[in-house]
Amino acid sequence: MSVHSIRIVYLKELLDLLRDKRTIISMIVVPILLMPTIMVTMGTLTTKLVGQARQEIPKIMILGGKDSTNTLAALSDLKSLRIVPAKPDYTNLISEKIVRAAVELPPRFDEDLRAGKTPTVRIYTYEGEMKSMFAAETIEQFFRGRRESIVSERLAAAHLPKNVLTPFNIRRENVAPPQKVSGNLIGMILPYLVIVMCMTGSIYPAVDLTAGEKERGTMETLLTSPVARTHLVLGKCLVVMTGSIVTATLALSSNGIALLIMKATMSASGGASALPVSLDLPSLCLVGVVMVPLAVFFAAIMVAIGLYSRSSKEANSYLQPLLILTVLPAIAAALPGVEINYQLALIPIVNVSLLSKELLTGTLHWSYMAVVFGSMCCYAGLAVAAAVAAFKRESVLFRT
Amino acid sequence: MIETFALTKVFPPDKKRGPVVALDHVSFRCAPGQIFGLLGVNGAGKTTCMRLLATLLQPTSGTAKVAEHDIVGAPEKVRASIGFLTTATALYGRLTAAEVVAYFGRLHGMDEATLQERINRLFDTLEMNEFRDRRCDKLSTGMKQKVSIARTLVHDPGVMIFDEPTIGLDVLTARTVVQFIRDCKARGKTVIYSTHVMSEVEKLCDRVAVIHGGKILAEGTLPELRQRCGVDDLEEIFVRLVEAKA
Repeated sequence: MSVHSIRIVYLKELLDLLRDKRTIISMIVVPILLMPTIMVTMGTLTTKLVGQARQEIPKIMILGGKDSTNTLAALSDLKSLRIVPAKPDYTNLISEKIVRAAVELPPRFDEDLRAGKTPTVRIYTYEGEMKSMFAAETIEQFFRGRRESIVSERLAAAHLPKNVLTPFNIRRENVAPPQKVSGNLIGMILPYLVIVMCMTGSIYPAVDLTAGEKERGTMETLLTSPVARTHLVLGKCLVVMTGSIVTATLALSSNGIALLIMKATMSASGGASALPVSLDLPSLCLVGVVMVPLAVFFAAIMVAIGLYSRSSKEANSYLQPLLILTVLPAIAAALPGVEINYQLALIPIVNVSLLSKELLTGTLHWSYMAVVFGSMCCYAGLAVAAAVAAFKRESVLFRT
Repeated sequence: MIETFALTKVFPPDKKRGPVVALDHVSFRCAPGQIFGLLGVNGAGKTTCMRLLATLLQPTSGTAKVAEHDIVGAPEKVRASIGFLTTATALYGRLTAAEVVAYFGRLHGMDEATLQERINRLFDTLEMNEFRDRRCDKLSTGMKQKVSIARTLVHDPGVMIFDEPTIGLDVLTARTVVQFIRDCKARGKTVIYSTHVMSEVEKLCDRVAVIHGGKILAEGTLPELRQRCGVDDLEEIFVRLVEAKA
């Protein structure tokens, strides 16, 4: 009877939920369309804007250098820079983005170079401003070229070979297989995305099936049925969990497609190296396995909070900050140098985030898998017990 | 049969007020084939009493037996034996009339064949076939009340609990509910009915208990109450009982 009752509640709640337009929007439309659209649009727009910024010839000023005609002439000949007359308020002009950068040549620059001294060229920029940074890069590139040619001339004058400055070479080589390289990159983003979507997907159903029922007056109707309170709450938790998993799966699939579109766009533009995106199915399946107790955990917590709330509005005011709080542990996998250990494997959400990253890089430690899965099952069990306890308390159910 | 034994409910204190004695040692007996009226003003303890009988709340002390089942010891069996109707027991707006009734039939453990036969019979009797497949949020108040009636009757309970079922309803819908309560009595069900409307008590109830401040002030048939208070008008009887207590 118990499984049968839970099934009846589950099927009814699912049907009820799917007939609500708001559910379709929050559980299906948002993860499928909104997030990938934002991702693709932002990615494409950023690529396009960066490309445009690179093509723009920046205005720069040359401060000083009247006695260094060679350098001045070479700088003026550069087609990638547009030299404008120097003005004393160049710092303001750079800050106002009228001029992108200024280069200051010290007095007797050319002469000091010939004398073998080490004069300093200063480049004034607007730190963090993209076009100013591009202008500075072009100026630095010019002076690096000048420095290299002077070094070559000096070596030739001293009858020394060029390799005197490079007695040996250093080369870094990647030995990790491509799957691990791409897994490392994806492993930083994907767990965060899935965890947050798991939680987002559970908020609306949880509020609707608890505080929403109270608000609409159907909770009292339901409580008059002979089904045990435990079975009612389990049926509700299962529906919320379904919402959570469906939203996370849809978000994962649609964002994966968006990522592939971005990869193709970036490869076609040729401006950036292609994204190393490749994932294997067994890793993804294992991530899915650890996400199940996490979805139950989220569902039960949301149901308990929803039950405690007097109205949907009150429930949302509790759950939205909780979503923000979840972001912090969910982002653990993206933090530099943080790797799973037995202590972290016991911290909820953090453990799933870090284990998912390991799994996506193709590293499978069964001991960590067991600890994370086991501890998450315990947390999920405790959360379900809390939801059941809340459902049995009349002060919670009839809270006005 | 419904029997209460010193049924008491004290709500714990909250930020706004101290402990509230909503029901204070209430005892009465309601026999099958009878309509037992619980008459009282708002806040008298009627809804608390009904919710205790329907096992939505737990008593602080005392107990009650509903259809031979103890409300504390066997709440699920009690709920399986009752039909509970109030204006607060709303319907699922996104389900159709037939789906709501079927859902509650399934929750009562009915098998599909019996359930469908029962739904067909109820929808015929209550003339609900016209809006059978219409979503409840698209129904008029009267139609909704019919669905609620079908919902309470689907498992054919022996005990019916009505908590101010006509409050806020228009005259025609209220008449449907009143007729439904009479039908329950005619079919030999045990009926308990709470209200603050004197005329409904006069029309429907075989026995009446006047409740005030969580206590039963008087109980009996209408002629018995009239004789005890020496007046005919029920409203006058009610006022005298309440003033005597004050």
